[in-house]
Amino acid sequence: MDRPIRVLVAKPGLDGHDRGAKVIARALRDAGMEVIYTGLRQTPEQIVSAAIQEDVNVVAMSILSGAHNTLLPKVVELLNAEGADDVLVVGGGVIPDDDIPFLKEKGIAEVFTPGTPTQVTIDYIRDNVANK
Amino acid sequence: MELVEKLLSGNKRAAARLITLVENKDPKAFETLKEIYHKSGNAYVIGITGPPGAGKSTLTDKLVKVFRKRDKKVGIIAVDPTSPFTGGSILGDRVRMSDLNLDPGVFIRSMGARGHLGGLSESTQAAVKILDIYGCDYIFIETVGVGQSEVDIVKTCDTTIMVMVPGLGDDIQAIKAGIMEIGDVFAVNKADRDGAKRTAREINMMLDFSKSDWRPPVELVVAIDNKGIEELFEQVEKHKSYLEESGQKEVRRIENCKNEIVDLVQQKLMDMILDKSSKEEMINKLSKEVAARKTDPYSACKLVLEKLRTT
Repeated sequence: MDRPIRVLVAKPGLDGHDRGAKVIARALRDAGMEVIYTGLRQTPEQIVSAAIQEDVNVVAMSILSGAHNTLLPKVVELLNAEGADDVLVVGGGVIPDDDIPFLKEKGIAEVFTPGTPTQVTIDYIRDNVANK
Repeated sequence: MELVEKLLSGNKRAAARLITLVENKDPKAFETLKEIYHKSGNAYVIGITGPPGAGKSTLTDKLVKVFRKRDKKVGIIAVDPTSPFTGGSILGDRVRMSDLNLDPGVFIRSMGARGHLGGLSESTQAAVKILDIYGCDYIFIETVGVGQSEVDIVKTCDTTIMVMVPGLGDDIQAIKAGIMEIGDVFAVNKADRDGAKRTAREINMMLDFSKSDWRPPVELVVAIDNKGIEELFEQVEKHKSYLEESGQKEVRRIENCKNEIVDLVQQKLMDMILDKSSKEEMINKLSKEVAARKTDPYSACKLVLEKLRTT
């Protein structure tokens, strides 16, 4: 029995555009992963609570509202507070290049901007997920 | 084991991690379960089943809130299908349960069916025990959307709620054997749509022939508007009292344990037949011979069984 990678795909904050999140969810599914999709308008607290209960290897967040510098680091912070620092956190969406170094410094492992082939994201997750 | 102590003290992460280990068929997890199995059996298990899109997740969300108002600790195991081709899955039941997410008295776990028909696997059964020991008073199991004959859920639950919707077929569908026989309580969801009363009537007519002491009730509900949910809750509690007072709960639980043992043995036998490369090779070879009509499947079966006996 092989162990599928479990990924929480979440939409933090208030934008209502989930096409990107759904495309990613579908691509990860087709790559043999178990994707837990949580739906729109999630707070960092909700995302972390779901990540803990679902015991995921990866939290993947799609954000298009511009609030990434606030919301994504908050998720990392809450995960660490729960002792879940082995969870790989990645982000995607409309995120300016200038903001990416700040996000990485705050513990977001990688950021995927528009136009990234889904295979790049899949490979990144496979290569970087912690072995449980 | 540290994990056990944390689980017994009601630690969410410990419960979550143990479920993962069980899902991954980690032998250590089953050793742990053996140790703590005697502490399970306190939670009341409610199954929610029905066709895809009937509103099982939404109904679960609303019904769980009624239990939470009464301060009961609730666990939810939501099962969604796994792709038979890639092994991947999209588990989307949480989308309907966003409000419950931050409630400390609720634990939600999404599980991929990982190839089990009827949507309940060995790991689902084990997850029920883990959430039971974790301290849940009630555990809801929401199955994958079912068709006509996936009746596995009754083997695990105390009360099974069958969620139906109007417009899925006539009274002939209702009298067919299979899933219509397993409901202890029926909910006709989306009851604001045309044909809901007719659907309820047809289910009732089917149930009138039932010979059991418990006559399953049929409730009209509109889960999304929270209509009929309190009534549905009352019916679940009535069924629970019936099981307890009639002694049927004990009978059912013994039957469930029997089913679980048989399932486990079956699973282990399957592993023995398919996992050993020598036998798989043998089966592949026999398949070609059967297809070419050089032998027949009945003789092939006998050969495999003989091989199994000698190894």
